[in-house]
Formats: sequence, C-alpha cells, structure tokens
Amino acid sequence: MAEMLEVSGITKRFGGLVAVNNVSFSVREKEILSVIGPNGAGKSTLFKLISSFLRPTTGEVRLKGERISGLAPHIAARRGVVRTFQETTIFKNMSVRDNVIIAHHLRSKASLFGFFLGTGTAKADEAAFGQSADEILALLGLSSLAHEIARNLPHGHLRALGIAIGLATNPSILLLDEPFAGMNHDETMRMVEMVRRLRERGLTILLVEHDMPAVMKISDRLVVLNFGQKIAEGTPSEIQANDKVIEAYLGSEDEAIGL
Amino acid sequence: MTLNRNTRIAAVVAFLAIVFIAVPAVISLSGRFDLYYTLTSVALLSIASAGVWLTFYIGRINIGQGAYALTGGYVSAILVMNHGWSFWLTLPAAGLFCAAASVLIGLPILRLRGVYFAMVTLVLTEVARLLALALPITNGAKGIVSIPLPGALSVFGITLIPDFATLQNSRLAFYLLAVTLMVVCFAIMYRLVNSRIGKLCQSLQQNEELASSIGVNIAYLRVIAYAVSSFFGGVSGAIFAAISQSIYPSSFTVTDSVNFMLNCFLGGLGYVFGPMLGTLVLYFGWDLLFQTGRFQLLIYSGLMIVLMLVLPNGLLSLAETTRKKG
Ligand SMILES: Nc1ncnc2c1ncn2[C@@H]1O[C@H](COP(=O)(O)OP(=O)(O)O)[C@@H](O)[C@H]1O
Ligand SMILES: [Mg+2]
Repeated sequence: MAEMLEVSGITKRFGGLVAVNNVSFSVREKEILSVIGPNGAGKSTLFKLISSFLRPTTGEVRLKGERISGLAPHIAARRGVVRTFQETTIFKNMSVRDNVIIAHHLRSKASLFGFFLGTGTAKADEAAFGQSADEILALLGLSSLAHEIARNLPHGHLRALGIAIGLATNPSILLLDEPFAGMNHDETMRMVEMVRRLRERGLTILLVEHDMPAVMKISDRLVVLNFGQKIAEGTPSEIQANDKVIEAYLGSEDEAIGL
Repeated sequence: MTLNRNTRIAAVVAFLAIVFIAVPAVISLSGRFDLYYTLTSVALLSIASAGVWLTFYIGRINIGQGAYALTGGYVSAILVMNHGWSFWLTLPAAGLFCAAASVLIGLPILRLRGVYFAMVTLVLTEVARLLALALPITNGAKGIVSIPLPGALSVFGITLIPDFATLQNSRLAFYLLAVTLMVVCFAIMYRLVNSRIGKLCQSLQQNEELASSIGVNIAYLRVIAYAVSSFFGGVSGAIFAAISQSIYPSSFTVTDSVNFMLNCFLGGLGYVFGPMLGTLVLYFGWDLLFQTGRFQLLIYSGLMIVLMLVLPNGLLSLAETTRKKG
C-alpha cells in the first residue's frame, strides 16, 4: 500500500506548552488509522496541524509528497485533506440538504460571478451538487431528514451530518475528531459500519476517538499520544499489549483500552 | 422567501407600477411636491442600508456605512468640480472608489468579529469625517458647494437623460433616478442572495471555521461582500451630494451609520427587502413623530426598543407568520 500522508517531526507550542512534540507517522492509502491518548494529549491539535487550521512550530505534513501544513484550511481542503470537528459543527440554520450542497463548494466549476448570472455551468453545478448530496444523505441514512433545519436534528444525526459535510468535499483523506462522542452503543456501531463503508469507497480515514472498543474494532493501526508525544504505534493487538500505553491509561487501563 | 413564480412576478410588477406610476401620479394630483424629496431620500438611504444588510449577511455588524456614503459624495463632487467630469461618470467612479477603499480597509478588519468589528467600523465613520475636515482637497469645514446639477447623459449622440438644470421638475428627475437605482440595487441583492453566493454568505455567518474547512476562501468572500456593500454606500452618497448640490464633513455622521444599521434590524436581517421597508418606516416614523416636539427622540427610541423585543426578526417576519397561518 502506498503512503498517503506523511507527518514528519511536527511540533506545536502554545507559549510554554508543547501541545504536540516532534510527532512522526504515516498513513497508507485506504487505511483507517486512529490517534488515541488521554484528554489533553494533543490529538485535536494534531488534527488542526494536519488540516492547516494551525501552523506548526516545526515539522511538516505531506500529502502524496506535497506539503499541506502551514497553508490555509481552504487550501488544505482543496488538496484533499478535510477535517470534521470535535464539537458538532454544522451550518445550524440551513436545511440538512443545503448543508451538504454547500459543502460541494470545491467541486464547483462555475465562478462566483457565474453563479450570480446563473450561467449554464452554474446550473449544471447546482444540479450535480443536488444529486450528489442526495446520494451522500442516503449513504449516511439521513434522507428522511433532508429538509429538516439542521439545528433540530438529534445528536447522533448531527454527527452523521458532520461527516456528510466532510464527504461532500470529496476528500482523499478525511479526519474525524471523536465521531462517536455522545452516541449510544447502537449509534456507535452504526457509525462504525458507516466509516468502514467509506473506506471501501476508497477513502483514507484518520480518526481521533475515546471509545476504545469501537476504535479497536475499526482501526487498521493506531498511534498513541501522551503529553504531546507519540508513545506507540501499531495494530490494535500490538497496542493493547504495549506497556507504555497501559501506563499512560493508568488507573482505568483495563476498561479504557478494552483489554 | 418562497413565493411561487407567478406571485413573485405579480409582486414585482405591482411594486414597479407603484413607484414609477402611482407615486408620481398621486404627488402631482395632491400637489405635495415635497414628498419627492422625502421619497428620494428613502430610496437612497435604502441603497446604503442594503449594503449594510449584506455585511450582516456574512455575519458582521457594520456601523461604518456613513464613511463610504461620505467618501462617495466627495469623490463625485471633486470629480465634477475639479476635473469637469460628468456626474453620470462620477456615479460608478464613486462606487468603485469606495469598493477599492473597502478592500484595503476590509482585509485587516474583516478578521474581527462581533462587537470588535462593529466598534472599528463605528470609528471608521468618524475617521472619514475628520479626514474630510483635514484634507486640502475636501476643502475642510466649508465643504464643497454649488455643485452643478447632473448634465445630460448621451450615448452615441442619443440623449438618454436630459440635463437636470433644463428640467422644470428636477425633483421628479432625482426621484426617478434614485428609485431606478434602488430597484437595480435590490435586484442585484435578490439575485446574490438567491444564488449559491447567498448560501456561501450564510455559511460564513453561521460557521466560518466549518466554511473554510469545506474549502471556502472565507477571507476572499468577506472582502467581496464588503466591497459590494461599500459600493452601494458610495453610489448613494454621490447622489445625495448631487441633490443637495453640496457636501460637508457632517453630511454623513455616526448617526447616519447607526440609522443604516437600524433600518436593517427593523426590516429584518433575514429578508433581502428588509432594509427597504425598514428605511421607509424609520424615515416616515421619525417625521410623523415630529409633531410630538421635544418628546420625538424619546418616543422614537422607546418604539424601537419595543419593536426589537416584539419582532426580533424584523417587520417582514410578520408577513411570513401571516402567510404560514394562511
Ligand atoms: N489554541 C490553544 N492555545 C493554547 N493551548 C491550547 C490550544 N489548543 C489546545 N491547547 C492545549 O494543548 C493541549 C492539547 O490539547 P488538545 O489537542 O485539544 O488535546 P486532546 O484533543 O488530545 O484532548 C491541551 O493542554 C490544551 O489545553
Ligand atoms: Mg480533542
């Protein structure tokens, strides 16, 4: 399998605090790789660095050999790296379908002025976006809610909508920050299935998640962070047997890493 | 608003008939020619307010439109007086000058949000006034006066618009000019908001972080919206200067900037035509309260507060609730 994303020696300081400390790893094509670690370990910060929401203090991230860190979020998105947010992040006053349609922005062939004039290209774009949005909503089981205003959705569906928005950008690698947070067991299992299906469609997925049983079930490999440093990397069974990891989760280790 | 196509066309036709036929007819029958001036002002102020509304639409509270109206007025006046330009050319020039200035100003300040952006724009109006006082070209506190009325506008020898100075009724001419521009301005706004651009603006208003994560160049879109907004401000100021044939540093002040914003609030931030209705109601409301003498400001402010409490989504939200019930 080819290397898709390469994180090399990336560090992020906030004043005196080193949130991410010299972390390196790579993600292969069509892989599901999870980043785990205790609260405050630097997982969300790592995601923000990869998606260019933050500028690294040192180090860089490359996608298929091309540097994508230290740019701007919309440029990283254009290159194919798209992140969903830890907080439920949607356009809350738009309909569910409009949320997904607007997220097709990167695929538009018409210019802003073209959309203003309503040119043929603009109309073709609109039609294509609508159709693709309907497909994505069906894939995520949101079809029946297409015309709801997004803020009225129950929590589990909001998460799904967040992912639908990410998918609409047609990324080559999707970064999901705690997609199962706040979900009950059934919802989580449904979402795990969903993420697998996305991978079968050719997507590479990078995941931050606390729900250990789900993570162990879904991931090909894991990277473990503690206090900003990478302390382990490997398959679920390797990680479950790793002493450093068990130590990092000390106190609730058995339950936390699903031994 | 989602009226069906026929209703929409009927509404537009009715509106055009009212402003272009019914109003002039009623005014000439009743002999209340002063109403032309009032309605012209409403039309021009609603253009400036439409600009403010657009900045609201991308999630920014803009209390600085007075700065662009003032700038537009001066650009037109200076080009006419010092450089002999035709008024008709100065109109787009004033708009473009303001748009260009707003790009330079907007690039740094549009990163600010909420009350921070609002405060900076408020200061902007004051800066514009002080600049007009200080710069040699604007002639200080004396302002620029005796600006000639707009001349004829001819294209390829065909006179499209006659010289305003030769007209018996230049007030009607200014009214028609202002109303025409208002119609064009709101047609542009309607199209903007109902095209994909409107959705993009809403995405900025609702969540800038998410918008940029789906690939929207938020800085660019913000600047574009602000430039269009300032263009409208500049054009409206330029016509004001032409009507009053003068422009002073105090022609547009912080009060005007605040009023532009209030017009939007009153009409409804969710409705393209909100600023038009808001301007009309506020302008006439203020005039009607003139009878109450020294209580005018008190009653006016009180009513504004009550309206905002009762109708937080503006007057046009009334129409929507009625339709939903019906
Ligand atoms: N913008 C910021 N400014 C200062 N400190 C921050 C910022 N963002 C995160 N941090 C700090 O960096 C550390 C890592 O945070 P985060 O990446 O959110 O952890 P995780 O997602 O693993 O829980 C925490 O100590 C957090 O307080
Ligand atoms: Mg986090």
